[in-house]
Amino acid sequence: MKRLQFLLKDKLAAASLSILVVTIVAGIFAPLFAPHDPEEVHMELRYAASSWEYLLGNDHLGRCILSRLIFGIRPSVLWVLAALAVSVGIGAILGFIAGYFRGLTDAVVMRICDVMLSFPGYVMTLAVIGILGVGLENILIAFVLMKWAWFTRIIRTSVMQYAESDYVKFSKVLGVSDIKIITKHMVPVSLPDIAVIASSSFGSMILQLSGFSFLGLGIQAPNAEWGMMLNEAREVMFSKPEFMLAPGLTIIVVVSAINFLSDALQVALDPKLLASKYKLQGQGPASTARLQGKEVA
Amino acid sequence: MLSVDRVHKSYIKGGFFSKEIQQVLTNMSFECGQGECLGIIGESGSGKSTLGRLLLGLEKPDSGSVLFEGNKVEDRRARMGNISAVFQDYSSSINPFYTVEQALMEPLKQQSRDYQENQDKIDLLLHQVGLNPSYRKKYPHELSGGEAQRVCIARAVATEPKCILLDEAISSLDGSVQMQVLELLKSLRKIYNMAYIFITHDIQAAAYICDRVMIIRNGEIEEMVKIEHLKDVQSAYARKLLQMIIT
Ligand SMILES: Nc1ncnc2c1ncn2[C@@H]1O[C@H](COP(=O)(O)OP(=O)(O)OP(=O)(O)O)[C@@H](O)[C@H]1O
Ligand SMILES: [Mg+2]
Repeated sequence: MKRLQFLLKDKLAAASLSILVVTIVAGIFAPLFAPHDPEEVHMELRYAASSWEYLLGNDHLGRCILSRLIFGIRPSVLWVLAALAVSVGIGAILGFIAGYFRGLTDAVVMRICDVMLSFPGYVMTLAVIGILGVGLENILIAFVLMKWAWFTRIIRTSVMQYAESDYVKFSKVLGVSDIKIITKHMVPVSLPDIAVIASSSFGSMILQLSGFSFLGLGIQAPNAEWGMMLNEAREVMFSKPEFMLAPGLTIIVVVSAINFLSDALQVALDPKLLASKYKLQGQGPASTARLQGKEVA
Repeated sequence: MLSVDRVHKSYIKGGFFSKEIQQVLTNMSFECGQGECLGIIGESGSGKSTLGRLLLGLEKPDSGSVLFEGNKVEDRRARMGNISAVFQDYSSSINPFYTVEQALMEPLKQQSRDYQENQDKIDLLLHQVGLNPSYRKKYPHELSGGEAQRVCIARAVATEPKCILLDEAISSLDGSVQMQVLELLKSLRKIYNMAYIFITHDIQAAAYICDRVMIIRNGEIEEMVKIEHLKDVQSAYARKLLQMIIT
């Protein structure tokens, strides 16, 4: 709770957090927020400019763009979030076991991860789509398959570095059980690292999903999805470029909000960085670069 | 109380599949009695910290045994609150997310006491190591080296253990603070009547606080002497070590 207060003192972080909260709430309660049915066709309103009734105008089939953006939150953000949660979950469990207990388990888990990581990501996704067929859920499955190994690796490295510290040694000497050491020491100290890598790859996963939808491999029409909306606007890219704007800007705003938040999170979750921040007001987080540098797109 | 019997320890050098073995400790046998302060002196790389990890039950010896009151020290239940430790690196000895209070709470939670008793105990411990109660809410990065090490010592004595292992506990502090911490350790020993195993490469500090010192070299016991007889050590290596300090 205290950490959340610190986080909210940072204006950029507070703004990013509110954007994300609004996005997620709007996505969950999409039917309440959307002014129209996102799939309702009005051929007479094709490419209509924004009006009071249709705030962001209408697309090539006369559908309400605002409603489609709001319904698009579900596949573009919420499902990506779910896939992220599953892969981070798997990564955290395996990473904690491998990094804390070391030995044979570690060696086996790491070799499996090495094998998984030696497949090129995009090719894997395309292969999964080739086998399971086109569709949102298959892309999400491919995401989980590709990302868990990467999360496992990073979390294991982070856990390993903390597992060797003297306060863990001291707990072991005291006779504290491994489970307790993991929950009381390891999880809190590695949480900032996990939050930062998870949030930074959240942004890139949203972009990737939109990319695949743009290529027509993701969710199928007439469902709304941001990448697909971009694709639909592509046909009139030169005659009516403003139709790219709504989905394009939405993606940029949401992904940037996630990235800003991920930077701020690292500071807020680390008492040491937090202290230095209050002494040297306005200095950026120095160590965010450390883990983010390892991001694979 | 703590007895070490023909302990050998080696590490596999290089990667996981490597076969090269480095022998770190060979055939170590000694005992540390109740309330005794045993110094372990040796050069860097002689295996002092390794021996410390074995004594604390953090690692298992390849052969031989380390027994605490007859039970194997690797067994978590045998050492539960009976053995404690202070490490060299005070900056990583306290979880950076814990306040001093939370750090002291950890060992206290191992014993079944109620909330108020624990709070009183924290005040008492802080007082005993010469810190006032305002330190309770501080985070480790807000403490100086000497203060952090005092907190570590308070944490180590919290469960009133029978034995505390101090691995280079004063080595990273500067001169006058080293002396203060040594005095503190001496006074705590009077209060709690604990045994100390004092690992160091500083013979003077060892001579100041220990009853007996064990000199080790390349993982073997070179000599074991009572502190009164430190002047007339037998082995050539121990002589050389002493000479370096006197001159
Ligand atoms: N976990 C380990 N794996 C492999 N080798 C190790 C390990 N721990 C220690 N060693 C080796 O054991 C030897 C003794 O190390 P140790 O840390 O016990 O020395 P030390 O006497 O404590 O030295 P110092 O005074 O510098 O602390 C060293 O050569 C070191 O390389
Ligand atoms: Mg050492």
